[in-house]
Formats: sequence, structure tokens, C-alpha cells
Amino acid sequence: MRAAIVFLLMLAPPAFAQSALPPSEYANRQLADPRQEKNAKALMETLRCLVCQGQSIADSDADMAGDMRALVRQRIEAGEEPESIRKWLVARYGNWVSYDPPVEPVTWPLWAAPILLLGAGIYLARGRFKRRKSK
Amino acid sequence: MKRLILWLPLIVLIAFVATVAFRLYGGKDDIVRSQMIGKPVPEFALEAAVKSHPALRVQDLRTGEPRLLNIFASWCAPCAIESPQLRELQRRGIPIDAVAIRDRPEDVAAFLQRYGDSFARIGSDPATQFQFALGSSGVPETFVIDGKGIIRHQHVGYIGPEDLDEITAAYEAAK
Amino acid sequence: MMAETGFVALWMAASLSLLQLFLGASALRPGNEALLRPVRAVAVAQGALISLSFLLLIQLFLATDLSVKLVAANSHSAKPWLYKFAGTWGNHEGSMLLWVTILGLAGAAVARFERRLPERTLVATLAAQAMIGLGFYAFLLFASNPFERLDPAPLEGNGLNPLLQDPGLAFHPPTLYLGYVGISVAFSFAVGALVTRDVGPAFARAMRPWVLVAWIFLTLGITAGSYWAYYELGWGGWWFWDPVENASLMPWLAATALLHSVTVLATRDGLRAWTMMLAVVAFSMSMVGTFLVRSGILTSVHSFAVDPARGFFILVLLGLYIGGALTLFGLRVGTVREGTAFDPVSREGALVANNLLISAILGIVLVGTLYPLLVEALSGEKLSVGLPYFNKAAGPLALLLVAIMGAGPLLKWRRDRLRDLLRRVRVPAALTIAALVAILMLAPGIGVFPLLGLVLAIGAAAASVAPLWKRNLRRTPLFTWGMVIAHLGIAVSLAGMAAESFFTKETLVAAKVGETVAVGPYDVHLMGVEPVAGPNWTAIEARLSVRRGEGQSFILAPQARIFSSPPTETSEAAIATRLDGQLYTVLGREDSEGRWQLRLWWKPMVTLIWLGGALVALGGLFALIGRVRRERRAAREREA
Repeated sequence: MRAAIVFLLMLAPPAFAQSALPPSEYANRQLADPRQEKNAKALMETLRCLVCQGQSIADSDADMAGDMRALVRQRIEAGEEPESIRKWLVARYGNWVSYDPPVEPVTWPLWAAPILLLGAGIYLARGRFKRRKSK
Repeated sequence: MKRLILWLPLIVLIAFVATVAFRLYGGKDDIVRSQMIGKPVPEFALEAAVKSHPALRVQDLRTGEPRLLNIFASWCAPCAIESPQLRELQRRGIPIDAVAIRDRPEDVAAFLQRYGDSFARIGSDPATQFQFALGSSGVPETFVIDGKGIIRHQHVGYIGPEDLDEITAAYEAAK
Repeated sequence: MMAETGFVALWMAASLSLLQLFLGASALRPGNEALLRPVRAVAVAQGALISLSFLLLIQLFLATDLSVKLVAANSHSAKPWLYKFAGTWGNHEGSMLLWVTILGLAGAAVARFERRLPERTLVATLAAQAMIGLGFYAFLLFASNPFERLDPAPLEGNGLNPLLQDPGLAFHPPTLYLGYVGISVAFSFAVGALVTRDVGPAFARAMRPWVLVAWIFLTLGITAGSYWAYYELGWGGWWFWDPVENASLMPWLAATALLHSVTVLATRDGLRAWTMMLAVVAFSMSMVGTFLVRSGILTSVHSFAVDPARGFFILVLLGLYIGGALTLFGLRVGTVREGTAFDPVSREGALVANNLLISAILGIVLVGTLYPLLVEALSGEKLSVGLPYFNKAAGPLALLLVAIMGAGPLLKWRRDRLRDLLRRVRVPAALTIAALVAILMLAPGIGVFPLLGLVLAIGAAAASVAPLWKRNLRRTPLFTWGMVIAHLGIAVSLAGMAAESFFTKETLVAAKVGETVAVGPYDVHLMGVEPVAGPNWTAIEARLSVRRGEGQSFILAPQARIFSSPPTETSEAAIATRLDGQLYTVLGREDSEGRWQLRLWWKPMVTLIWLGGALVALGGLFALIGRVRRERRAAREREA
């Protein structure tokens, strides 16, 4: 749904005050090298738009998201690694800007959750089975 | 153990209700603050945003005395609303530089003409790249930079009359 | 007069709800058996009165009676009748009234038609149902009266938000409410059974149709919502792990788990306590979902009609209902024996694995959605959890779940042999391996997730239809067909997701009028860009002449729309649907050199995502009809 929900309508983003300048060149243009573009796209999908209602920069019409896409593409084109670009942004905006939470003490419970949940489930389910008797 | 497991869901529920009630009543804080406070302004050299004012480079923020750096745009309504407060800060003797985000010289000139001009230098950031480097997430924002070019304070959103003392105090503290 | 009548009917329905609760509670006391019968009548009367109240509100909207505040604030005399009608629930008060109406009707249906359960359990169920209703009645009567008058009446109404004027949106809330109410009935059954300590197959069979109804509507809601996000947002994405999307996914996951565990309870009299727990969890998830959406506590693109005060009310109800149910669960479930133990290699063994994995995925979605709130409350640090986390954490479990879904129905109940299972899955397994080899050869460089997704989808699709193999199809029960179709739907949907993620071709260009650009197998020629106007918007529209190879060319016309009130810009994508996929075109802005930004995607197989969702719902419908018919026949045989 883009989730559809009760009064949830999938509304388009609200109109921002937008600048009269056209979008940056790389905001909406792919990199010539398909491999670089793939890396850039994968990174953009995990970066949070600063002025939107919880969208990634890869799917926002906001100018600021467009400029951040341009930043990502330019740096990827210049040969920078995606994770180093992410680090650069996190150093400026905090972990908020990345949808991919880092593994550090504050997120240990988050990353442990799948294993803990599965473990708890197996523990609970274990009593439900009887041992197979050999014939 | 078995008993505890039966009550675990209730504990989870209480934790959930407490967390969201805290959020509902603790006030929701949607502001994304810059993590650059206490760090030097990144290297930059911006062209002049308008003919009437000189360009802005990182050296201009390392003059030995603190300065305000106002991030604004002519297309941003709250930026117009805060201009009387910027004039008041300037009247109090605080030097202010500015960066115009995604703007055209003629629009900046018209904006200054209409709402007043409190800026020493105005750099142009046509693709928001310098704003990203600062960790700033919108317009307007105002940073207090000390004499060595270290970022000391960030004010997010427009400066209202009630914010003047906060900004002045941050400026004094940066001396 | 109509508004006053509606208000009185609402009051009377609320009073009957209170009566239903007290009468039901006292009927359960020893010696009060005489009170059992009237509870059913009260529930039916309550359903009738609340329906009357809702019908009157609809009539007020259809007649555009502007002396009613709600109508004046949300309607307009010049609106098409469909939106006047749908406008009844296109606002907070009306949607609350719709919700209690569906709840009241569901209660009446339980009272009127349910004959299998012991009378005491049924009455306890109706009392629980009345208690859920009471909270919402109180909210309506004291804080959101839909029938309030306005004096003097305005000359014209405010109109409905233009974005709500979409046939899909008009019927979205009723779909969701049917889902949520179905779950609430299942919850009431669980509470009733916990109160009377009467958990067993009869109870499971009584609850199952309601779980199915809820599940069908939740499936439809998610599927429609996803498609809608896909065409409305204009970036070609169909799922974003946005909090509101997660809020819709969690009740669906819980209902899916419940549907499978209730089958184990009905067939093998096992998983008693677990099924109770799941019923409570499913209801909790629908309340948590409603809360997250309505309170605006998490930032979402989908948020609408957000109001913290109403959020607080829902939170209080949530705390009371779920807290009460969990307390009852903690106190009572120790005395409910879990029932039969299972053999690991058996149908019920696979169903336990299914429940385990779905519950773990549900837990991951819940934790991921709420973790940023928790961290911010505890440490003040801001964190975002999104797509990378959910894909990494839940993706592998979901793929494993699909594999088990393929194999499970091929296992026998009670006890089976691994060797026999392997024999039964050899065709699907061979297809899976063939698909693996073929995809690796045809699409080298495919990612692990899309590869596994495609391969498993093919294997699971084959395995899904395997239960029909060598069977007389006309004598196969309808609910078996239902299971086969629903499982096939999951496989189809998964194939669409995997294909979309790997095979999509994207072209982002700035094009001058007259230029031709290629995307996937298509050539797209920009013929012109013209302004156009609609009833409450203006737009610029691109005319694209599109051609695939040497085929016939056709026109697509994406728009960038600007609504005046409230001022909103939207991209109206133009989409061409073909058997093998969709061409998705979006018009962006003009640059300084007069070139127009075009976003073009060729998405092979993408429609399978929603086609699969529709199949799942259809399978649910077949299962529902099949189960109800079989129960009827069994009841007739008992009487005969």
C-alpha cells in the first residue's frame, strides 16, 4: 500500500516552495556507466529525503531530493564508494538520513530482533512436537 | 518461566503504550539537526549570489570574530518573515553573511530590495551542495560560526522576535 | 428531523450495546441461564438501529442538507452523487459511524446465524463485541457527533478534498473496515472462549469464516493500496516500507497466521493457546495500525486526517481492550491445554512452521516500524529504519516461508514420511532447478534476492497446483480450490516482485520536443507538451507517441498537475499495460534549455504483483464459500 489505509490516502507530496532554478543536471539523468548508475540508484533508495514525509530521495519530487541525487551521482561518477558517500551524509545529518541503520550498540536490539524472534518461536513451538518413535 | 511467557505480551503492550504516549505528549520533534556543531565549516568557495555583495569563501568565516551565517532563498516565505529580526541582530552589532540556495541574482536582488538587507557577503549555492556539506536541512537556517571558523550553533527555521536573545547569547558565547 | 432521528438511533444503539454487555455478563453467572437467549435479540436490534442511523447520515449527504455541520464541512451540492455518497465516510465522524455500523452488523450476524457454539461461549462473545463497540459509541456521542446541526445553515458546503475524489479512494475505507471488523469478531470469539474456557474445534470452525472475511478484505486493501501508490506517486515504486504501509501489512500478516493456526485447531484440535494469542495479536495489530495512521505519530506520505487528540483516544481504547484481553489470556490460558502434540513431518508440522515464520516477520515489521520511536524516547537520537533493514531481516524468512508454502499442502495430516514428500515434490523441484539454470544462463548478474524469488516463485507455483494432481477436479472441495488459488497467487505475486526488481529498465532524460528516446523494447517520441485544464486543476500534458519494434504506435499522455485548493502538485503517470509488463511514463519539469524531463520505465511482469494479490483474495473467497457450505450441510445432516 503504499499502503493504503484508512484515511490514508496516498497523497502526492505537498507542494513545496520550489526554486525557480531547474533541477540539477544529475538529479534526473542517469550516469553513462550502467554499473555506476546501479550503485547510485541502490544508494539513493536508502537515503532519506530531508524535506519529505518519509520518502527516499529516489522517489521524491522535492528540489532538495533532486540535488542530493545529483550529489550522489557526481560522487559515484568521480569514483567514490557508495558507503563512503553514506558516511559523509551521516556525519552531517546523523543516522536519520540513512534508511539502513548502522550496527552499533543503539541498534543491536534491532538487528538481533530477527534472530531473537525466530529463537523465541522455535522455543515455543518445540513443545508442540512429539518425538518420533522408531518403529 | 512458563508463567513469565504468558505475561510477556502484556509487557510488550505496556512498553508500546508508554513509548507512543511519551511521543504524543513529549511533543514531536521533527527537526533534523546538523551534526557539524563543534566542527569547522567545510572548505568552500561560493560565487557571489548578487552583484551588490561580495562572494563568500571559507576564509571569510575565519576572521577572528564570530559571525552569523544565514541560509536563505528568495523563494522561501519564512525567509522574508525573519528579515526584521536579522536587521535587529545586525543593529546589535552582529555581522551576518548569507548563502542563497538555488537562487537567481535578479531574484536575490529583488528580495533584498523588498525585505531589507542585513548581509555582508552573500554566496550562491545553486545546487544545494554547500548546504548539504553544512548538514543543513532546509531554509531558513542560521548558524553561529566562531572566529576560527568552527560551527557553534544552529537555529532551524525562521528567527522570530522571541529567538533574538537565543541567537545573541550563542553569538556572545562564541567570542 | 432526519438528523435528530439519526442521533436518537445512535443513542439507542449505544444503549443496547451497554445492555448487551451487562446482560451477557450476568447471563454467564450460574443460575442466570434464562438471560442467555435475549442477548441474541439485543445484538440484532443494535445492528438494526445503528444501520438506520448510518443510512440516515447517507441520506443527509445525498440530499446535501447543509444545516448539518458535517455535511456543510465536507460536501458540496454540485458534487457527483457517487462522491456525495462516499463523502459520508470521507471524514472522521462519518468513518467512525461506518466502523461501528459494520461492527454492529457483524454482531447481529453472529447472533442470528451462529448455531454451532455452546450458548455460553456465544453470549460471552457477544458481550466482548458489545464492549468493543461501546468505546467507539462513546467517542461518537461525546466527541464526534456526526449529526450536529449548524445554525444558520451556510449557503454552500466546503466540498471534498479533490484528492479524495477517486473511485478507488471512495471505497478504500469500507474495505479496510470490513477487514478490521472481521478481525474484531475473531477477537471477540477468542475472548468469549477464554471466558468460558471452551476452546476447541467447534470454536475454531465458528471463528474461521470471520477470519477469512477479514483476510480477504485486508488482502484487497493492501493490493489496491499498493497499486494506487504505484500509479499515484509517479516514481514506479510499489512498496516503500513506509510506516502506514507497515500498519496495513501487520494486521494482514497476523490474520494470515491466524487463518492457518485456526485450521490446525479445527482439524486436529491443537495450537489452542497459540490460536487465542494470535486472535488477540491480530486485533492488536489492527488497532495499532489505526493508531499509527490516525495519530500521525510516524511521518508518512500517506498520512491524512491526522489528529493527535483522536490518536490519544484510540491509544486509550487500544490499551484497555488489548490490555484486558492479554490479562485474561495470562490468567486463563494456563488452564487451556494446548491440545494434541504433532509429528514434525506432517501437514500440521508445516503449518506450525508457517506460523513461526509469519510471526517472526510480523515481529520484524513491528520492531522496525517502532524502533525509531523507542530510540528517540530513550536516547533522543534520531534513526531511520527502512527498506534495507526490512529486506535483509524479513526477506530470507519470507523466501523460506514460500518454500514451505509449496511443500506444506503436499503433506498428510498426522504423520507423513519424508521420502513420500520428496516423491510428491519431484516435479516442482525439477522445475525449480530448471528455472535456476535457465535464469542463470539468460540473466547472469542477477541479484540473490531476485534470483531466489523468481526460482522459488516458479517452484511454489508448480507445488501449489500439485494438490489437484490426479484428482477428480469436479469433486475437489471448493475450499481446496481456494487454498490452491491463494497459494498460487502468492507465487505469482512473488514472481512479479522479483521480475520487477531485476528486469526493470529505466530511462531518465531531458528531451526536446521531436526527440525520440528508447526504454526497454520501446521507442518513445515526444510529440509536444500542452497545457490542459480539468475541473479543479490545471496541468501540462506531454503527448508521447510510443512504438515497440515495428508494431503499431500509440499515444501516452502523462501530466504534471497542479490542484488549486489545497495547492498540491501531482504527477499523473501514463501507463500502458501489456501482457508482458507495463510501460510507465512520467512528465517532469522543463529545464532552462527548453527540454522536458521524462521518466520512463519498462517494467516486465510488474502486473503479476497485483494479479497475485487478487488471486489470493479470490482463493480466500472460494475457501469461505466452501467452508460455509460444508458447515451448512453438516448442520442439516445433524438435524436429519
